[in-house]
Amino acid sequence: MRHILRETWSGLKRNRAMTFAVMVTMWVSLSLFGASVLVTEQVDTMKGRWYDQIEISVFLCTEVSAGAGGAAAGNCEPGQETTDAQRELIEERLNANPEVANVYYETKAEAYEEYQRMYANSPLVDVLSKDQMQDSFRVKLKDPENYRGVVAEAKTLPGVQNVQDLHQVLDPLFSVLNALIWGARFLAALLILAAATQIGNTIKLSAFTRRRELGIMRLVGASSTYITMPFVMESLVAALGGILLSALTVMACVKFVIIDRAQVSIKALAWIGWPAAWVAILWIAVAGVALAVVPTLLSSRKYLAV
Amino acid sequence: MITFEDVSAVYPGQLKPALNRVSVQIEKGEFVFLIGSSGSGKSTFMRLIRREQRATAGVVYVAGKELNSMRQWRIPEFRRQIGTVFQDFRLLPGKSAWENIAFAMQVVGRPTKEIRATVPEMIEMVGLTGLENRAPEEMSGGEQQRVAIARAVVNRPKILLADEPTGNLDPTTAVGIMRLLDQINRRSSTTVIMATHDANVVDQMRRRVIELVGGQIVRDQARGVYGSD
Repeated sequence: MRHILRETWSGLKRNRAMTFAVMVTMWVSLSLFGASVLVTEQVDTMKGRWYDQIEISVFLCTEVSAGAGGAAAGNCEPGQETTDAQRELIEERLNANPEVANVYYETKAEAYEEYQRMYANSPLVDVLSKDQMQDSFRVKLKDPENYRGVVAEAKTLPGVQNVQDLHQVLDPLFSVLNALIWGARFLAALLILAAATQIGNTIKLSAFTRRRELGIMRLVGASSTYITMPFVMESLVAALGGILLSALTVMACVKFVIIDRAQVSIKALAWIGWPAAWVAILWIAVAGVALAVVPTLLSSRKYLAV
Repeated sequence: MITFEDVSAVYPGQLKPALNRVSVQIEKGEFVFLIGSSGSGKSTFMRLIRREQRATAGVVYVAGKELNSMRQWRIPEFRRQIGTVFQDFRLLPGKSAWENIAFAMQVVGRPTKEIRATVPEMIEMVGLTGLENRAPEEMSGGEQQRVAIARAVVNRPKILLADEPTGNLDPTTAVGIMRLLDQINRRSSTTVIMATHDANVVDQMRRRVIELVGGQIVRDQARGVYGSD
């Protein structure tokens, strides 16, 4: 054991520049990897918050809504409000759908009150009159991701003027965010590949500078574990440095960008916090150790074989 | 101790085998000279014994083990039974004689206490008492070869392979080295196989001589001499 430690130390001293280079590459690649974990967490958090609040609004016909039988006519009879029978059928059908958690009814008057409350301090408060409001069913789903069936069904029912859901707005947003996540992952993977190659190369160099010792070790029958160990330890030391630096980078990111700024200035959005940072650091540690050990073992099979 | 049965060895990309259907048996405690010109197969013979390479055909037994089918992970353990000395000594520069000898014990995981007890014994045996703290750069060729021999036998191998150990030494120094090898062979009945071009040494020792030409054994003579007459 003492010999292994001594060999590790002398190897580190001899390959100072390479060890430093490996550490920096690992730092950058693991930080990016950590960032991609953070972004994933952030998107998941926002998705959870928004999708939880999403409800489907099923707007009913009014006397004016389908005035000329135009594009916004939906399933309305021109000049006719939704009848009570239609209303009951709609409610019944919505409640019967297995995806639906609950349904409540919002009258014109309630909608108008809500409108006035929302725009109380705004000039918009007088733009719409009570008659321009619509009765609607508000539908909460069991799983907000499974909205398509309910929306499609509601659109076919007589007396429904229009069906609205926020997915139409959010889905493009999330597809952009998803693309960003994959972009970050791709970059991280690329950098990690570069780091792995560099580590393999370092081992090769290090084996070359120690070829005399290695030759004698083989000759007198040192086990391959014994021969490989100092190299693994050397990479682990470099990896540990890289992991530590990128963990600090991730923590700094979460603290200065998210906790100190984003959470303060953009309160409307749900933001990740320290727990997400711990998750990212855990992943960084796992990836960092694997990154040190796997290429070292692979290249040691090649360069350190007995 | 060592048995070759119809052994051939061909290097990749070469048509002519380095060893061609060699069969030979070497008993425990024997002292054998391996002679022949460069490229005659002496080094290949030794590499096969150390299992640094596998026979292309035939079977090699060393210390009761069949080497062709030996698993990779068993090789290190197996090699601890073989010591090797080279023409160019192959000592670690910057390490003292003491450290060079101890290195062979350290890397096979011997306890420090045993190392402290054994290394001085070895230094005394090879006649380097007082020089244990010198680095190879500060020693003569003969002294360096003595350190190399001490390193080769410090783990008490059953077989000692010496690849032209006197090749870089003047005749007087060579005699000293030969005495040392002879002594190791007699005292601990270590099997010694020595490849050499040194006719003087072979003629003086009068031990078994195996002569290789073009990868084949052309002479195997007890109490032989260098020349074939």
